[in-house]
Amino acid sequence: MDPQLVTDLVVHTILIVIVATLLMGGFAAMTVVERKLLGRFTLRYGPNRVGKFGTLQVIADMFKMFFKEEVVPDHVDRAIYLMAPGMALVPAMLAFAVVPIAQAPFVLPFEVFGYTITVNPWIADINVGVLYILAIGSLGTYGVVLGGWSSNNKYSLLGGLRTSAQMLSYELPMGVALLGVIMLAGSLQLTQIVDFQNAWLGLRWFILFQPIAFIIFYICSLAEAGRAPFDLPETENELIAGFATEYGAMKFGLFFGAEYIHMIVVSFIMATLFLGGWSGPFATQVPLLGIVYLLLKVGFILFTMIWVRASTPRVRFDKLMKFNWKFLLPLSIANAAVTALVAGVIFF
Amino acid sequence: MPIDYLPILIMLLVAIVMAVVSLAMPHMLGPKIFNKAKQETIESGKLNYGDARRRVPVQYYMVAMLFILFDVEVLFLYPYAVLFWDLKWFGLVQAGIFVLLLVESYVYVWKKGVLNWE
Repeated sequence: MDPQLVTDLVVHTILIVIVATLLMGGFAAMTVVERKLLGRFTLRYGPNRVGKFGTLQVIADMFKMFFKEEVVPDHVDRAIYLMAPGMALVPAMLAFAVVPIAQAPFVLPFEVFGYTITVNPWIADINVGVLYILAIGSLGTYGVVLGGWSSNNKYSLLGGLRTSAQMLSYELPMGVALLGVIMLAGSLQLTQIVDFQNAWLGLRWFILFQPIAFIIFYICSLAEAGRAPFDLPETENELIAGFATEYGAMKFGLFFGAEYIHMIVVSFIMATLFLGGWSGPFATQVPLLGIVYLLLKVGFILFTMIWVRASTPRVRFDKLMKFNWKFLLPLSIANAAVTALVAGVIFF
Repeated sequence: MPIDYLPILIMLLVAIVMAVVSLAMPHMLGPKIFNKAKQETIESGKLNYGDARRRVPVQYYMVAMLFILFDVEVLFLYPYAVLFWDLKWFGLVQAGIFVLLLVESYVYVWKKGVLNWE
């Protein structure tokens, strides 16, 4: 094999392992940040016993999950039951692969032992990026649905069925809302979409031209990630824990992690598509600044997601579906049509 | 280029390894104390009856069908959106007719009452 190719593969693998670990770390951090913020929103302290301000709660929770007894009930469909948490986690992570985090020549190629090492600010820069995100996003449904079905528990089954209907339905307006962005950028590639937004001092963000699409995408990603007020797959007070009722120890942890990683990754995607990604004043000259901008935007979106959870009650299932099919879908189609017409009248 | 997709394959493998490792950890680290009650289905403390493998009235099958129809048709709009600036009015009119047909079937479905939840 070509030694250069092998070097590239090794570098890529190292970077991917780092990214995957960071995502897991982000999940662990988010659990504590969320509880802390929810506490503050409801005039409590949140976790504050373990370590300074409860920061070591992360490690305590992790050890707890790892050292729990593994119970596999007799009545479950064993193979699928054990596979389902992994099937929820893997797609959630994979969607991150196409997000660019900084200006392209991020680190100049350098040589180690005569091999040229190139570090890209993305994992894969494929030309069907947006399509890839939507495709991988819908794979995430499988883990939850199969988890609910294989548990052989009525609550789990209901949770799983609800999830399938909810996630399928909310994918539609999500995809249509992105049409406006793709039309204006003229590309499905995420790096090109960010390049488009990197004009006007890096502030030509798509949220300026597509505010309605942004709101639709935001609502749909809450529903896709199963976050409140759309956490119908779980609904603690009617379905115990929905699809995760029969799961314990790290198997439950993985479902939990899949939800949080999905939320983090979707924030990255939202920041990239609508809030300019890494672009901002002087981010082209100083690539490191791009990462800071991106993280700030992602942090803000994550904060609003927790805010929404703290302040809205859960919606009823039929209203959830009605809202999607009778409001979001026509609105997103109208948004795409108006975008095309306005752009056509002005520029053609 | 197919080679562009190689990192995604590597990431898939890394993610699978991570999932498998974290699933295997409690298996090796946790205690193992057998108890009959642990093996039973959780039904909020009531006596269990029956199995979950039975017929459930699923109202979602219509949604599933609609999803497939609409999602596939929306997918056709993606290639058009990429070529939006090249096709100009020609593409806009054609895509407009396509979307009008889509909207027409949407109105039909709405009037038929498929989107209502009983």
